[in-house]
Amino acid sequence: MNENLQHRIRAQLLKVLHFATLFVAMAIICVPGLWVVLNSFRPTVEIMAKPPVWIPGELNLDNYRAMFGAVGEGGVPVLQYFTNSLIISVSSTLIAILVGMAGGYAFARYRFKGKTAVFIGLMLTRAVPGVSLSLPLFIVMAKTGLIDTHLGLILVYVALNVPFTIWLIDGFFRQVPIDLAEAAEIDGCTRWQAFWKVEFPVARAGVASAGIFAFLTSWNEYALASQLTRSTFSKTMPVGLRDFTSEFTINWGGMCALAVLMIIPALILTFLVQKHLIAGLTFGGVKG
Amino acid sequence: MTRFRPPAWFVLLLPAIIILAAVVLIPLILSLYSSFTPYRLTRPETLYKWIGTFNYEKAMKSANFWTAFGRTVLLLTLALNLEMLMGLGLALLVNRVTYGQRALRTIMMFPMMFSPVLVGFQFKFIFNDNVGLVNNALQSLGMTDVAIPWLVDGKLAFISILIAEMWSSTAVFAILILAGLFAVPRDPIEAAKVDGCTPWQSFRHITLPYIMPFIYIALAIRSLDVARAYDIVQIMTNGGPARRTELLWTMIGRTGYVDAKMGYANAMGYISIFLAIFFTIFFFRKLNAARSELGMAG
Repeated sequence: MNENLQHRIRAQLLKVLHFATLFVAMAIICVPGLWVVLNSFRPTVEIMAKPPVWIPGELNLDNYRAMFGAVGEGGVPVLQYFTNSLIISVSSTLIAILVGMAGGYAFARYRFKGKTAVFIGLMLTRAVPGVSLSLPLFIVMAKTGLIDTHLGLILVYVALNVPFTIWLIDGFFRQVPIDLAEAAEIDGCTRWQAFWKVEFPVARAGVASAGIFAFLTSWNEYALASQLTRSTFSKTMPVGLRDFTSEFTINWGGMCALAVLMIIPALILTFLVQKHLIAGLTFGGVKG
Repeated sequence: MTRFRPPAWFVLLLPAIIILAAVVLIPLILSLYSSFTPYRLTRPETLYKWIGTFNYEKAMKSANFWTAFGRTVLLLTLALNLEMLMGLGLALLVNRVTYGQRALRTIMMFPMMFSPVLVGFQFKFIFNDNVGLVNNALQSLGMTDVAIPWLVDGKLAFISILIAEMWSSTAVFAILILAGLFAVPRDPIEAAKVDGCTPWQSFRHITLPYIMPFIYIALAIRSLDVARAYDIVQIMTNGGPARRTELLWTMIGRTGYVDAKMGYANAMGYISIFLAIFFTIFFFRKLNAARSELGMAG
């Protein structure tokens, strides 16, 4: 009886401990992010308050109003940055998906000599650190006039995303049984038709999640964008964050407002694909 | 007359190869060449002067370079290992939850949506010695009277950067390892329990071997863009104050753009590229080994 009770107490204690650790871990994950959201709605006085004000005294949209306001009054060309980010991210994602689909299909369906070597070679291009790549790209783009243009950044981001989209899409096409396409070909489809009518629809969700991963990478990229863009005509939002910094002070409220604007699209997209994303990464990796 | 028809796989891979050659390979060849010249952005004619391995020798002899190099390797090693362990812990914690696991999984992905540059600003504020959250909390709790100079002291700044980097990337490990935990079959664990294994034994000998490939996938994925840490460091300290948190990447950026010494910066850039390639190949090999252990290679 006594032993039984001891056992029960220990099980209960473990349960409480588990819950407490989980709670702390989740708090550490959430607090810095929520702090940004909270700060975007409050005046600078409260952000800088000491001791920190956790329960806000007043919430307002001043930071947002100032951000969208005139340039002299703390405004930054947010809409322009947003459009730039959107144009660059969307077009680079679409191109990366098309290129990645061709490449991923090649890896998933064909056997050829040196396949692993080619695959690792493609992956290695992704491992080149942004700063190291930005130096020669800066020179090349300055010479070809692509610097400070949408097209320049789009090309760079396509190259940045292609290795990873190939990896993901390869994994998704592997999940489509090869018999399916073969059956379609026996029934008189060409390989091209078999791909679009049979294989693509099955792997569609996976391709979409690869696309969102590529979108997020372009949307959040900073190291290259900060060097290859100069003016408001091509600056993206991550680079735009720096507009709120001056030599010695940082306009935290305004920056948080822009940050929230940046997170919202990312948030929505990530929630939409989280399940497929995990499946794609693990499947591609394990069965590689 | 027979026309040469390239194999289908080659045609399919061609667009990827072309774009990568144009955006990555050709610039890298250019930078390899310019690393043998005294090229300065402000004086274009210096691009045509060959000085051999002078830049590399200069880097090899520079104490600043080796300090930054050592610090980068230390940061990468610490960050990847700690992220892996924390991710494993987090995944195990979440895996035990039966109710509301979906919601927890979603929360776990929260940091993945934050741009690294935003993470940099966020933690710059959190570790601010005057108004930052950490110092405020420590002072309100009465644990210290003085403002701790988190981002000014070399060692503390290194720790702050490490924490910021871990916050932003632990999620990747946790999510992937969690996916691995779902794939672990239940039967062997039940059998081990019946045979009298302790929970630790069944974790060590059954669960861990199963999730090892997933851990290596996560490490391989992370090693592909470890240099993302550059964004965080550049914002938090930019290598300063007085080079106390200088990493290879911030040093390259400053030498190239601020000092305009492109040739020298490219020489150091090449060394950082080899470092990144070393990390990537290392983890891909581990991944392949783990795969064949599970009999999934091919």
